[in-house]
Amino acid sequence: MNETLSPIKPPSGWEYHSTEKLALRGGRLFDPSAELDEQTDLIIEKGVILSIGAIPDGWNGEVVDVSGCLVCPGFFDMHVHFREPGFEHKETIRTGCTAAAVGGFTGVAPMPNTNPAIDNPGMVRFQQEQALGLPVDLFPIAAITTGRKGATLTEIGELRDVGVKVFSDDGSPLVSSEMMRHALEYTRMFNLVISEHCEDMSLTKGGVMHEGSVATRLGLPGMPSIGEEIPVERNIQLAEFTGGRLHIAHISTAKSLDLIRRAKDRGINITAEVTPHHLTLDCSLLEGYNADYKVNPPLRTVEDVEALIEGLADGTIDAIATDHAPHAPDEKEVEFISAPFGMIGLETAVGVVHTRLVSTGKLSLSRMVAAFSTAPRAIMGLHEVNLKVGQAANITLFNPDEKWMVDREQMLSKAKNTPFHGWKLTGRTRGVVNRGMAWIRK
Amino acid sequence: MTEKLKQVIIDATGLERTLARLAHEILEANRGIEGLALIGIRTRGAPLAERLAKLISEIEHRGEVPVGILDITLYRDDYLMKLKTPKVRSTDIPFEINDRNLVLVDDVLFTGRTSRAAIDAILDYGRPARIQLAVLVDRGHREMPIQGDFVGKTVITSPGEEVRVRLKEIDNVDEVVLVETVND
Amino acid sequence: MNQVRFNHLLGLEGLSQEAITEILDSAEVFLEVLKRPIPSVPSLRGVTVANLFFEPSTRTKISFELAEKRVSADVANFAASGSSMTKGETMLDTARNIEAMKVDVVVIRHFAQGAPHFLAERINASVINAGDGSHEHPTQGLLDLLTLRHQVGQLDGLKVLILGDIAHSRVARSDIWGLKTMGAEVKLCGPATLIPRDVDLMGVDVTFDIVEGLSWCDVVIVLRLQMERQREGLIPSMREYLRTFGLTRLRLEQAGGEKIIMHPGPMNRGVEIDSDVADGPGSVILRQVTHGVAVRMAVLYLISGGERGIE
Repeated sequence: MNETLSPIKPPSGWEYHSTEKLALRGGRLFDPSAELDEQTDLIIEKGVILSIGAIPDGWNGEVVDVSGCLVCPGFFDMHVHFREPGFEHKETIRTGCTAAAVGGFTGVAPMPNTNPAIDNPGMVRFQQEQALGLPVDLFPIAAITTGRKGATLTEIGELRDVGVKVFSDDGSPLVSSEMMRHALEYTRMFNLVISEHCEDMSLTKGGVMHEGSVATRLGLPGMPSIGEEIPVERNIQLAEFTGGRLHIAHISTAKSLDLIRRAKDRGINITAEVTPHHLTLDCSLLEGYNADYKVNPPLRTVEDVEALIEGLADGTIDAIATDHAPHAPDEKEVEFISAPFGMIGLETAVGVVHTRLVSTGKLSLSRMVAAFSTAPRAIMGLHEVNLKVGQAANITLFNPDEKWMVDREQMLSKAKNTPFHGWKLTGRTRGVVNRGMAWIRK
Repeated sequence: MTEKLKQVIIDATGLERTLARLAHEILEANRGIEGLALIGIRTRGAPLAERLAKLISEIEHRGEVPVGILDITLYRDDYLMKLKTPKVRSTDIPFEINDRNLVLVDDVLFTGRTSRAAIDAILDYGRPARIQLAVLVDRGHREMPIQGDFVGKTVITSPGEEVRVRLKEIDNVDEVVLVETVND
Repeated sequence: MNQVRFNHLLGLEGLSQEAITEILDSAEVFLEVLKRPIPSVPSLRGVTVANLFFEPSTRTKISFELAEKRVSADVANFAASGSSMTKGETMLDTARNIEAMKVDVVVIRHFAQGAPHFLAERINASVINAGDGSHEHPTQGLLDLLTLRHQVGQLDGLKVLILGDIAHSRVARSDIWGLKTMGAEVKLCGPATLIPRDVDLMGVDVTFDIVEGLSWCDVVIVLRLQMERQREGLIPSMREYLRTFGLTRLRLEQAGGEKIIMHPGPMNRGVEIDSDVADGPGSVILRQVTHGVAVRMAVLYLISGGERGIE
């Protein structure tokens, strides 16, 4: 791929810097994986971390003052939907990656439920090329089965050769246990990962929200918790049986968490992610029939939310991923039952998690940074990113004290379907450094 | 807003005398109680109608005069402009009104809009032979071509003033007073 | 006396006892109006009401239309099949169109739960929910309350059994909220597949034994059973439904005699209710229909008054 494509300018309010000779001054270097927590400067030359420590006298590069900010290993979102090709009116790879950079992410993994689906090497290369010139690495997730139809495996070996690390039919869970078995067996040969959206569609058919007292009052068809928990358990059993690498996407119930915890205790090689919205929102918010809260898996109960926070804190849940699912306003602004599932999350994820979980003492700062950076990369089997001298500069700048209000009109994503509009947050990303460039908010 | 008392227009004994005179006038104009019926307009027209009917029966000794109660809320022409939705209450006209000599009874005749609404309402119940209007006080400032047939007392008022009729059945006292409304 | 202000009537959930009482009291006045030689009043002259029916419904539509005409409102009808809805116009566009037409009150029947809420948030007109999917049907709930108040005088302490497909019933939800708010006790009875999860959190009991339920109650509200429930695999057959949950003369006798029988209509005779019960001495089903017009007149009256009309 042509990495020398000229850099794309950041959005207004942001400054572009080359990393030929760039120093970040006065930040708090924070990298739990390297046990680094130190207030000092960091110098980058030719895109690589040259030194950590005070900027020497007479140094003649560009200096950006980042005092007040955490300087972290670049954040990574392993579950996004960028809609290109096929649904470019909702989001493109360019607008999605811009939203990712503004939200503090230096890497993303888009799901293959595009039209056509990402199920062959040509489609993967097409997606990768759309992200060139941006400070965001794009690692397309390819479909497990051709056309995401659940019938035949994609050419997993060839897809690996063009850089695919993870396979998923996200949105169309594998109905057949046999197909899931074969997918886990086949990907295991290459040390690749299956990321599964666990949903038993026969139990959730027609459902639009979590089944329970709120759905009963609203008269809305429900999606029971067991619709997730039964396939979570089935897939754990298949992972144990095959020795394959299973990652469970966006878990939403306390029972799912429990099943994963027990599986991990038994030594089964599985991982799991949770979204910021399942960590902060519950199903009572659907009372006004606002389709911005309509998401799959659905928002669950307060008890589920509390369990998930605990599971993230104790490491049972490895990573945070947004499941950024953009839809055009006219698609979402319809009767609740007709609206598509999904909410966007890239530009609010870090602020929301920091405000609701870290500021309140429910989650440590180091767990948050790990769940946003090192954990997703480790799950996917990507090269490690850290703040060590000699490493390529892949950095997220985050100001934990900055207060701001979420305004959907200010968002860089094409879509505006966020449930966090109007939220007052503490903690905001300030910039990203990656691929030889830095985008820093003025 | 508070109300300041300016003048007592009719006291308790005055009210008795006025009603007695109105009863005589109604009887005379209708040549007896044959076909006569009274309809009190809610709220204070209702007890006034009851009292007049009783007085008329006492004078004539020839049977009872039927009395109905009319709520004109649903016929008001200012309904959509009011700040509060007026509470509707029941109308009770327990007799056939076709070919009757009806006397509408109200406490105060002011703009004439209430009487207009009452006439409209009555016509939805049937076709009386005639409709007359009896009021305790006529305070002027008419906005409709409506006049009282039987008037207890005519009072000259200015727009900032209000005539308050208080009756024992509702207010525990019989009196008619002129008040001025003052903004606090 | 302090008046209750209604901007919209979206459901009976959350409506206070005071508000419900005011609607029922006003409806009594309109019941009297309906008995007059000329059964209409001019109160809503100049008010434009649009009936938006996105789902076929003969009864509710006629009842609303009659109510609107009897309070002298101007009426415009939009039927889903006869308007742009079939061409795929969105609710949002519909809302904007209504706004542009300067309509004062919108009566909406929609297959989607929450459609009236969607409209109410986006237009200035008052919105009356005439049934939204399986959510609520507040005017039906109110007319049931009015009918019961007429029958027994006092709703407080009344024991009401709601029988049938609770899960898919907007009438059940409105009845539950209305009855609970007015102090009645409510028990639900129906097949377990048609009783929604955690429904007891609405403050009701559930029984699967119809005779037990009938023995307990003063009133039975029988719900319509849609034929598609059998296709969806929720009940084995219509025949079994009648045998297990149908309201028959025999069952009533087993339960110790006469009850007040209500049904929101249209009835499936021989499925959820037997003809000799529907037409029997306890049945107030036709009275419900008359009360429906009066209740809707009252709601239109209370919703149209007040601040509207003033700049």
